[in-house]
Amino acid sequence: MRAAALSPGLSDPATDAQGCFRALLDAMSRPGLVRRVPVAELRPPAPLSPAAAAVLLTLADAATPVWTDAGADAAAWLAFHTGCPPAASPGDAAFVLACGTPPPLDALMQGTDEEPHRSATVVAQVAALEAGRGGWRLSGPGIDAAHRLRVSGLPEGFAARWAANRAVFPRGVDLILCAGRDVAALPRTTAIVEEG
Amino acid sequence: MSEDTASEVLDTAARRRWMGILARASASEIAARLRDAPPLPAHTRLRGPETGLVMVRGRQGGDGAPFNLGEMTVTRCAVGVGGAVVGHAYVAGRDAAKAELAAVLDAALQDGSLRPALLGAVVEPLAAAQADRAARTARKAAATRVDFSTLAVMR
Repeated sequence: MRAAALSPGLSDPATDAQGCFRALLDAMSRPGLVRRVPVAELRPPAPLSPAAAAVLLTLADAATPVWTDAGADAAAWLAFHTGCPPAASPGDAAFVLACGTPPPLDALMQGTDEEPHRSATVVAQVAALEAGRGGWRLSGPGIDAAHRLRVSGLPEGFAARWAANRAVFPRGVDLILCAGRDVAALPRTTAIVEEG
Repeated sequence: MSEDTASEVLDTAARRRWMGILARASASEIAARLRDAPPLPAHTRLRGPETGLVMVRGRQGGDGAPFNLGEMTVTRCAVGVGGAVVGHAYVAGRDAAKAELAAVLDAALQDGSLRPALLGAVVEPLAAAQADRAARTARKAAATRVDFSTLAVMR
């Protein structure tokens, strides 16, 4: 009541969430390919991008603690529409929504060797995503030869941190990159072969 | 601080009362009362109206172990009015129009300038009608009461 204005969530919750889930499934199974989430009318509170908001609306629920650096308005909006409990620290969260610099990957829930799915998923908002030309060369499951993905807006030295995340396989976090209405994903199996 | 808290508690109690009265009234009853009321503010739908199931839980004897009594159909709606005010409604059944109307009224009733007129025109008449209905049902039930001590004397 005393918070800032809430904006509506997905206009057609069932169909829109299924469309977003399909886009995420494609992005996860073909790491490095950029997919667009079908949410033309979504107006999340600043600084959330439509893609990051749609990912959380699709995946988060009352059983997934969410940590975010996006501020009180965004946290209240997410809690209203998904019912997700706020996480006290990034290390307690099932989803980490980072609009600025993502927290250190090794400080997040890593899962266990018996239950590697009990790890965090990082939803990182970046400036731009471009597939196919330049940037990272990706390899791993779901990639035939190599995918190229250029990401602008991630901190320096992210590739080294990602390599450390990959070294603890089957544990480790998964990464969803969001820019505007575009999403791309790096599951923990994907290797960043080279930068440039 | 303490005055703020006290008025908030009062507000919560008053809001709980009008939300309950609106949830128990039918859509046509609310609409009929709204004809004599000031016009409702424009609103945007934040969530729903959407219908789902809610598990109703009970306790045997009021303080026993909780158990699941059964599921009931509930329609909920949340609307925004004028930026920062959010009205909520959870109503039994699947009447989406009623849920939306109750949510808009909840938002309007939070506005101090609209509250007296809406309470007088909508909420209080509905409360009186509901109390009347409850009293009538109670009288009907009371008429069928059996006094077991009388039976013992007759035997």
